[in-house]
Amino acid sequence: MATHRTRARRASVLGIAGAVGAVLLAACGGSSSGGDASPSPSLDPNADLSKQSIVVSNWDAYMDPDVALKFTDTTKANITVAKHATNEEIVGKLTAGGDPGIDVAFVSGQYAQALNEAGLLEPIDPRLVPNLANLYPESKNLAFDPGNTFSVPYAWGTTGICYREDLMASPPTSWNDLLNPAPEYEKKTLMLATQPWLNLPAAKALGFSANTTDEGELEQIKQQLLKTKPTLLGFDDVTFYSRLAAGEVVMAVAWDGWCNYAGDPNVKFVVPSEGADLWADTMVVLKSSKNKEAAMAYINFMIGDEMQSWMTNNILYKSPNKAVAEKAAAELGADYPNIAMTPADLAKGEGLIDLGPAAKIYQQIATEVQAS
Amino acid sequence: MTSRTSAGVRRHGDGPLLRALSSIPALGYLLVLMVIPLGLVIAYAFLTSGRFGGVQGPVTFDNIARLFQPLYLEVLLSSVVNAGLATFFAFLIGFPAALAITRLSSTWQTVALIAVVLPFWTNFLIRTYAWILLLNREGILSDGLSLIGLGPIEVLYTREAVILGLTYAYIPLMVLPIYASLQRLDPVLLEAACNLGAGPWRRFRTILLPLTMPGIITGCLFVFIPSLGNFVIPELLGGGNSQMIGNLIRDQFLKSRDWPFGSALSLLVLALLVIIVMIQASAARRSRKWGA
Repeated sequence: MATHRTRARRASVLGIAGAVGAVLLAACGGSSSGGDASPSPSLDPNADLSKQSIVVSNWDAYMDPDVALKFTDTTKANITVAKHATNEEIVGKLTAGGDPGIDVAFVSGQYAQALNEAGLLEPIDPRLVPNLANLYPESKNLAFDPGNTFSVPYAWGTTGICYREDLMASPPTSWNDLLNPAPEYEKKTLMLATQPWLNLPAAKALGFSANTTDEGELEQIKQQLLKTKPTLLGFDDVTFYSRLAAGEVVMAVAWDGWCNYAGDPNVKFVVPSEGADLWADTMVVLKSSKNKEAAMAYINFMIGDEMQSWMTNNILYKSPNKAVAEKAAAELGADYPNIAMTPADLAKGEGLIDLGPAAKIYQQIATEVQAS
Repeated sequence: MTSRTSAGVRRHGDGPLLRALSSIPALGYLLVLMVIPLGLVIAYAFLTSGRFGGVQGPVTFDNIARLFQPLYLEVLLSSVVNAGLATFFAFLIGFPAALAITRLSSTWQTVALIAVVLPFWTNFLIRTYAWILLLNREGILSDGLSLIGLGPIEVLYTREAVILGLTYAYIPLMVLPIYASLQRLDPVLLEAACNLGAGPWRRFRTILLPLTMPGIITGCLFVFIPSLGNFVIPELLGGGNSQMIGNLIRDQFLKSRDWPFGSALSLLVLALLVIIVMIQASAARRSRKWGA
């Protein structure tokens, strides 16, 4: 899952859209002080939603294009959809101070955690989100927000190695197969440039937490990455799946869903034996929202069967909705085996959390490795 | 220079009030889009970063001190080298191209000039992305060289690819100012030199080059400055193997949420460019003196 995930689909022309998202980001932001979400002022389960209207900000093309019509048909509430390109962009908007004019935002879990710590999020009212009962228990116990107190997962997944089965003597099983590649695979591997996924392979190979903030451990991770760098073809967050499809590379560190975009049966995905991360893209309600009942109803709608089916069939990410995920595993699992990963396997991944001040050290490592 | 030209250009009858009024848009533009943002960048460079970006107290010199760590100086140096090489190659290709265009009939000159700026009609990112398809190992360049036994070669995700991309992206900005100064050149001077027995190299060195120097310097600056700050090309064609100062600044704002250090890095680049532009200005003054 990317800090700058643009929902590029399988066509390579959409890779350009991804590149645009990755490269040309709008900077906005501001500072904010900490403080946890205070207890919920009770919302009215019988509020007249036809009098409410909400603004939702999501990554482009990450949900059913007809979502507004369908949501209004179902709940009578009005909805406007806004777009953001990256987590950083939306977090900047939400923390700039004043009323951002957004009721519901899609952000990755660790960003939801940070927003909550800044006191910006409304607690989730489970009475107004009954579809929570349809989610896997594992998806309701994520590291950044156990019990869905301020966020509800929309999609979840992990990170691993995406590889060309036909171009390798044997499939990779360990992060070390990519970090210290056999000579024949040198200059035929890619890694993700974005933190924390740049660190992740080395962190796991060395037996550290994906969220480590220990300076000694981070130093070891950096040394491994500096050693790996000359064996890489490069760093690529946006088009790695088309390089795999073209046969230019044989292994790439990849988000599970993106590996599906290669559109080539020889491209496989594996979670290395040392383990990986567990990421989730979530929906949060802003405390500044004036139509919180409609905002909760929207979240409820988005984790319902219809919207979750659209997401998993079109984005090829895993759904936290049990019935939808099981149906997708049966229907899509043959073509995209990682869709069929069980929640138990997925939950073996380490949940990503906000790194706080250590985020700067992570970025420093990224700079040093890329500049070396 | 200002006094001479403005005295020459000024029309009689324009009162001082009108002149003062007419300068308001320009002054407002400078204030809003130049002075205030620059002041903010300078102020930010001495503050501490907030949790979600932005800035907060206390005032600190840490960001400026960090600039002098070898890591950042190396990135700056390699950016200067990349941009310098791109400028050099753009000149190597751009000067003969501009010269060739001036030799065309006026109709064909128009066609040629349109051809020079034609790439600008396509989005910059898409043009850069196209190079990925040309340069990758399974791409046209590598396949073509394989056919004649020289491939496959690795160009994409190298420093050379970044320099190629920069040269390609900004070469029109080299051609156009050189073309403009060649246009102003009196062909009689070249004919006279020829009649007096000066060979082609001598004509180039003593007439063409000095008299088009202002255009050349302008072209070089037009290529060098955007190349130095570019972060799209190093990312797409360098694949993270060739980080430039623009990437570093972008990452401070959009990944590290460290606006103060990003501002300090921006000031470093700005200081470098101010020095370069000052050198250019003094060179231009000198060449004007020769002209007179």
